[in-house]
Amino acid sequence: MSKNVTNFFLAAIALLGCTAAYAAGGAVADEFKWMTFAVFGVIIAITMAITFWAARSTHTTSEFYAAGRSVSGIQNGWAIAGDYLSAASFLGIAGLISLYGYDGFMYSVGWLVAYITVLLVIAEPCRNIGKYTMGDILAFRNDPKKTKTVAALSTITVSTFYLTAQMVGGGVLIKTLIGIDYEISVIGVGILMLAYVVFGGMKATTWVQITKAVLLVTASIILVIMVWAPYGFSLPSYLQAVVGDSDVQKQVAKLLGDKAATMTPEELGQRFLEPGLFLKNPIDQISLGLALVLGTAGMPHILMRFFTVPTAQAARVSVIWAMGIIGGFYVLTLFLGTGAAMLVGPDKIASIDAGGNMAGPLLAQFLGGGENSMMGNFMLAFVAAVAFATIVAVVAGLVLAAASAMAHDIYVGVIRGDHATPKEQVVAARVASVIVGMIAITVGIMAKGQNVAHLVALAFAVAASSNLPAVFLTLYWKKCNTTGILLGMIVGTVTAIGLVMISPNMTYPKAVLASANKVLNGEPAVPAKEAQPAVERSSFMCELFAMEGCVLAKPAQAASAEKPAKPGAAEKLAKLGEKVVTLEASLPTIADVAAKTAVEADLAKAKKDIAATEKAKAKAEGDLKKFEGQTTSIMGLEKPFFLLKNPGLISIPLGFLLVIFGSLFTRDKRAEEMWDELYVRQNTGINAEAASAH
Amino acid sequence: MSNPNVNWAAIDANPKFQALHRKKTFFLWGLMVFSVIYYFLLPIGAAYYQELFKTKVWGVINVGILFALSEFVVAWTIAYVYSKKANAEFDAMAQGIINDVNSGRI
Repeated sequence: MSKNVTNFFLAAIALLGCTAAYAAGGAVADEFKWMTFAVFGVIIAITMAITFWAARSTHTTSEFYAAGRSVSGIQNGWAIAGDYLSAASFLGIAGLISLYGYDGFMYSVGWLVAYITVLLVIAEPCRNIGKYTMGDILAFRNDPKKTKTVAALSTITVSTFYLTAQMVGGGVLIKTLIGIDYEISVIGVGILMLAYVVFGGMKATTWVQITKAVLLVTASIILVIMVWAPYGFSLPSYLQAVVGDSDVQKQVAKLLGDKAATMTPEELGQRFLEPGLFLKNPIDQISLGLALVLGTAGMPHILMRFFTVPTAQAARVSVIWAMGIIGGFYVLTLFLGTGAAMLVGPDKIASIDAGGNMAGPLLAQFLGGGENSMMGNFMLAFVAAVAFATIVAVVAGLVLAAASAMAHDIYVGVIRGDHATPKEQVVAARVASVIVGMIAITVGIMAKGQNVAHLVALAFAVAASSNLPAVFLTLYWKKCNTTGILLGMIVGTVTAIGLVMISPNMTYPKAVLASANKVLNGEPAVPAKEAQPAVERSSFMCELFAMEGCVLAKPAQAASAEKPAKPGAAEKLAKLGEKVVTLEASLPTIADVAAKTAVEADLAKAKKDIAATEKAKAKAEGDLKKFEGQTTSIMGLEKPFFLLKNPGLISIPLGFLLVIFGSLFTRDKRAEEMWDELYVRQNTGINAEAASAH
Repeated sequence: MSNPNVNWAAIDANPKFQALHRKKTFFLWGLMVFSVIYYFLLPIGAAYYQELFKTKVWGVINVGILFALSEFVVAWTIAYVYSKKANAEFDAMAQGIINDVNSGRI
C-alpha cells in the first residue's frame, strides 16, 4: 500500500509540473506564477503526507468508512467545518457581500442556523444507531433491502449534484486565478481527491479537511486584522468608512438605476448596509431558508461525519465546535466582503468574475501590496491554494459518502445480503470510490461552461425533501414504516428536481435571444410614462406558479421621463472609435499639462469602453449562434412555470406528508417491533458501534 | 443487530426512561421551534419591515445589521444551552439507565 502512495505522490508532483507549462493568464502575473506553484506544492505535499500516514492504519471497513471511530469531538468539529465551508461559501458569500452588501451577509445566516437542527435532532441519535451510512439508520427498523436501495440512490443523487457544482466551480476558479486549463484543473482535483480517499479512506479525508479548515480560518483572520486594524477595531468607524467609500456608492447607484438619481452620496453608501439590493423575493428566500435549515441535516457527507467519533457525547462536542468555527467564519466574511468592496472596488471584482467570487483573493492581493508586488502575489497565491484545498477536501468527503452508499448499502447490503467478508467489503469500498471519482471527473468536464450554480441549492433541497423526513420520522415517530419511507423519499426527490427543471434556474432561449438582440441592435426609445398605482397579486399560488389569469404584485411607480433609444453594439463601437481618433489627433496640439491629462483620461476610458462593448458583442453573438432557432428550454417551456428558484417550500412539506401518509395506510410488523429498541438505543447509546481498539 | 440479552420494551416502559424521554422531548422541541422562528424573522423583517431594519442605532449601524449579527449570537447560545443541559442532566439520566441495565435491575 505505502508503495502505491509514494507513486501517487510522485504522480502529483509530475502533474503539478506539467500544469505549470499550461498556465497562462489568470489573476496572478506570469512573473510570480512560480510562487503560486510553490505554495500549491507545499499544500499538496502536506495532504499527501497525511494520506501516507493514514493509509498505514486503514485496513478494515470501520477504518475506511469511519476512521475506526477514533476521531475526537474537537477534531471532528474542525473536519465538519472543512467539509461544509465549500468554495461556494468561502468565496461566494464574501463575493456577494462585496457586490450587494447587507443581502450577502443575510444569506450567510441560514448556513449556520442549519446546524441547530443537526445538533438537536440528528447528530447524537445517528451516532447511536448508525454504522456507516444513512441507509443503515433507515434499515434499522424498516425493510433493509428496500430502504437501503432508496437511501443509496438518494445519497448518490445529492452527492452528484453537489460534486458537479464543486468540480465546475473549482475548474473555473483555478483557471481564473492562475490560468491552468479547465480540464486539467478538473482532472487534477479528481486525481488528488481519489488519492486521499482510496488510500487513506476516512482518516485521510478527515485530516485533509481539518488542515484545510485551519488554513482557511487562519488566512481569513489575517486578512480581517489587516482590514479592520486601521479603524482601531471599532465596528461603527469601520462601517462608516465603507459607507463613505466612493466605489461602494457608485456600485449602489449602478444597482438602483433610475432610483439613485435623487439620492445623496451618503444615502447611497448607507443603502449598501440595508436589505434588498440582491434578494428581492422574500418567498424564495424562505424557500431557500427551509432547504438549508432542514437540508444540511440530511446531507450524506455531513451525516457520515458523526460515525467517525467514539460516542454520542463526542458527536455533540463536534457540532458545537463546528458551529463556532462556521459561524465565526461567516462573521469574518462580513469584513472580507465589505473590505474588498472598499479597497478593491465592486467594479474590478465583477470585471474578473461576475458573481464576485474573486473578492477574497483580490483583497489578499491588495493587502499584500497590490498586483505588482511580491507580497501581494504571495498572499494571492496563498488564498488561491486554500481555495484549491477547499475544493479537494469537500469533493473527497462527497465521494466517500457516495462510495459508501454504493459499496456498503447497494453491494454489501442489497446484492450480497450482508454476507461479504471484511476483505471483500474494503475492496468494494475502494472500487466504488474509484468509480464515483471517475464519474465526478467526467461530469465535471462535460459540464464545462454550464450554469451549475443552482445545483448546490438543488442538492440541499433534495436532502431536505427526501433524506431528512425519512431519517427524522424513522428516529422519532413510532408509526413510521417502510412504505412511508419509500413513498416520501421518491416523491420528495422527484418533486424537488422536477420543480427546478421548470424554474427560472434553467436557460430559456427566448429570453437569452431577446437580450442578445438588445445588445446587438440597440433598444427603441421608451415614451414617458404616467405614475402607476400599486398592483395587488391575485392569489398566493400566483407567487409560486405562472398560471393563466395571474396578476403579479407590483409596487407603485412614479412617473418616468421619456428614455432615449439605446444604440446597438456596432453603432456604439463606431462612435467610440471616432472619439478615440479625434482625441488622439488632438493630443499633440494641447500644451497645457492639466488639459492634456484630462484628454488622456478620456482616451483611456473610451478604450476601456470599446473593450467592454466588444466583449458584450462577442457574447451576444455567441448566444445567438448557440440558441439559434430554439424557443423553449430543455423541458419545452418558453418561460418558467414554477417561479421560485428553490423548490423547498413545496417539496419539503410534500416529502414529510408522504412519509406520514404511506406509514398510516400500511402496517409493517418489523417497524413496530423494532421501535422500542431504536428509541432506547438512540437515547442511551446501549449497543452503539464501539470505537475500534488501537 | 439486536441484542437478545436486552429487554428493550422493559427499558422503554421503565419510569426512569420515560422521565428522560419527557424531559428531552420538551426541551429539544422548545429550542428547535424557537430557533426556526427566530431565523425566519430575518428574511421576513428584511422584506416587510424595511423601515425598521433601516433605522440607524449606532453610527451607521442599523437595526438590520444588529439583527443579522444577533442570529449568530442566538445560534451559539442555543448550542451552549443545549450542551450544558445535555452534559449535566441527559447524560447522567442515560447513564443511570445503562447502570440499571448492566446490573440486571431492568
